Amino acid sequence: MKNLLLFFLISTLFISSCKKDAPVNLHPTGSVVFKFNNMVGDSALVLNNAKSYVNANNDTFTVQVFKYYISNVKFTKSDGTVFSEKESYHLIDAGDANRTQCTIANVPYGNYTSVSFMIGVDSARNCSGAQTGDLDPALGMFWMWDTGYIFAELVGTSPQDTATGLNHLFTYAIIGFKGQYNAIKSVGLNFFNDTVKVSPTTIPQINLKTDVSEWFKTPVNISIAAVPSTDLPNQTTLNFANNYADMFTIQSIRN
Amino acid sequence: MTIESADENIQLVIPDGWTTPPYNFSTNNLTNAGFILGRKLFYEKKLSADNSIACASCHQQQFAFSNQTHSVSAGVNGILGTRNAPALSNLVWQTNFMWNGGVNHIEVVPLSPITNHFEMNETLSNVINKLQNDLEYPALFEKAFGTTTVTSQLMLKAMAQFTGMLVSSNSKYDLYSRGETTLTESETNGLNLFSQKCSSCHPAPLFTNLEYMNFGLDSIFTDAGRAGITGLAADFGLFKVPSLRNVALSYPYMHDGRFATLVDVLEHYSRGIVHSSTLSSELNSVTPLSHSEKQDIISFLYTLTDNTFITDDRFKNPN
Repeated sequence: MKNLLLFFLISTLFISSCKKDAPVNLHPTGSVVFKFNNMVGDSALVLNNAKSYVNANNDTFTVQVFKYYISNVKFTKSDGTVFSEKESYHLIDAGDANRTQCTIANVPYGNYTSVSFMIGVDSARNCSGAQTGDLDPALGMFWMWDTGYIFAELVGTSPQDTATGLNHLFTYAIIGFKGQYNAIKSVGLNFFNDTVKVSPTTIPQINLKTDVSEWFKTPVNISIAAVPSTDLPNQTTLNFANNYADMFTIQSIRN
Repeated sequence: MTIESADENIQLVIPDGWTTPPYNFSTNNLTNAGFILGRKLFYEKKLSADNSIACASCHQQQFAFSNQTHSVSAGVNGILGTRNAPALSNLVWQTNFMWNGGVNHIEVVPLSPITNHFEMNETLSNVINKLQNDLEYPALFEKAFGTTTVTSQLMLKAMAQFTGMLVSSNSKYDLYSRGETTLTESETNGLNLFSQKCSSCHPAPLFTNLEYMNFGLDSIFTDAGRAGITGLAADFGLFKVPSLRNVALSYPYMHDGRFATLVDVLEHYSRGIVHSSTLSSELNSVTPLSHSEKQDIISFLYTLTDNTFITDDRFKNPN
C-alpha cells in the first residue's frame, strides 16, 4: 500500500512536471538545517554578565563572545555514499540570532546516518587571498597581520584572571593552520538509531549542543589564571583546540 | 592613450628571463575597470579612520612607492609606527609580505595597514560602509565587477589589480642586461663587487632572495621580526630581505629606517655588523669596503632606479 502510494506520488510529480515542460531534475536535492544550542555544561549560554559559570578548574567565568567556524560538512548514507557540501564555510556566533543555525543546501535526497565537519577553516582557504560570504574578513574572524582565520573565539571575564587588568578579560583566539600547531579539528557525529531523511517533503533539523566548558578540560585542564589569553599558533592554542574537538553532541534530529 | 580610453584590457607582462609569478590574476580577472578602481582605492584617504591617510601617503610613486619623510610610518593623528614603509614593486613575485612576512597573499595585504592602530586605524566594515555610501564608488564597482554592492573581497581584488601591476623592469641595469646600453666604469666595478658581496641575498632580477635574515643591526631585539610570526627563537631579529630595485629613491633604509643614506648602509655592512645568535651566516665575517669600492657599489645601485616606473601615467594619482 505504502509503495503504491509512493508510486502514485512520483507519477503525479512526473506528470505535473511534464505538463509545465520543466526540465527533469535527475539529482533532486533538499536541505538540512543545523541548529546550534550553545551551552556551558547543562546551562544555556547567556552572553555578557547575565550569567556566570564554573569550569573544570573551578574558575568562575562569564562569556562575552563565542564564535566558531564549521566547515567542510559531509553527510554519509548507510551505503557509504558521501555528500560533501561545496563552499562549505559557516560562521556560528552565539551573539547573533541569525548565526546560531546554518542550512546545508543541495543535499541529495536520501537517508543519512552520520555527519562530519571541521572546526576551523582548511589551510588552502587561509592562503587564497580575499574571500567572501562567511569568510569575509569584515566579520572579524580574520587575523590581519599574521594571515589566517580565527577558527574559534571565546572571550569572557573571570575573577581568576588577574593578569589582564581591572576588567579581568580573557581572550582566546584559536588560530594555526600549518605545521605542528595546526589547530584545525575534525568532528564526526554518528546518528546511531536515528537517520537524517532528506526528501521533497522534509527539511531535517539537527539540534546540536555546543559545550563551552569543553574548552577547559580533556585532554588538558586549563586554568584561566594561567592562560588569560592566546592568539598565536602555539601549544597553548592547540590545547584549546584539542579540548574543544569534542564540544559538539547531537541532542535530537527532527525530520 | 590612457587606460580609461583603451580598448584592450591591461595585461601583466612578464619581463624576458623572469620566472612566472605565483600571482598571475588567474583568480582575479584583470581589467581596465578593475585596475582603475584599485588605483583610486590606493589613493583613497577614506581607508583611514579620520579620512586623512591613503596607501599612497606612505607609498608615493616618485619614490618608487616608498616615502622619504618618515623613518617609520606615520599613521592617523601623526602617531608613529615601528617600521619603515618599503618601496613597492614586482609584488606578484612575492608570496609573503611585510617585514616579518606575516601576510601570505597579495590580496589581503591592505587589511593590515587599514586596521593597524599605528597606521590607518580603521575597521574594515567602516571602510566598506564609507565606499558604499560614496557618490562614485558603487558605479566603479559595477564597472569593474558588475555589482554596485561593495564587499571587502571586491575591494581587495581591485587593489591587487593595481598593486600587482606595479612592475619595475626598465632600470638602466635592465637596459644593460638586455644589451641596450652600457655601464660606466664605476657602475661596472660596482656590479662586479655587488655580484661578489651582495647578490647571494639580493639576486637579480628581483634583487631579493625573499628570505628572512638578521642583518647584524642589534644584539638586543626591540622588534622580534620574523619570530613575531613563527614564534621560533631562531627567527628573532630576522626581517625580510628587501628588494634593491629603486633603492636610491627609497631612503631611509632598514626595517626601522635607521640609516639615512646608502653610504650609511654600506658602512654598516663594511664595519658595523653587530653579532648575535641569529646573525645571518653571510655576515659572520665581512671584509671592510674601501672608499672607492663603496662609491662603485653605490654607482651600481643607482642603475636600479627605474624612471619609466616612477613616471608611469597609469600609476599616478587619478584625483
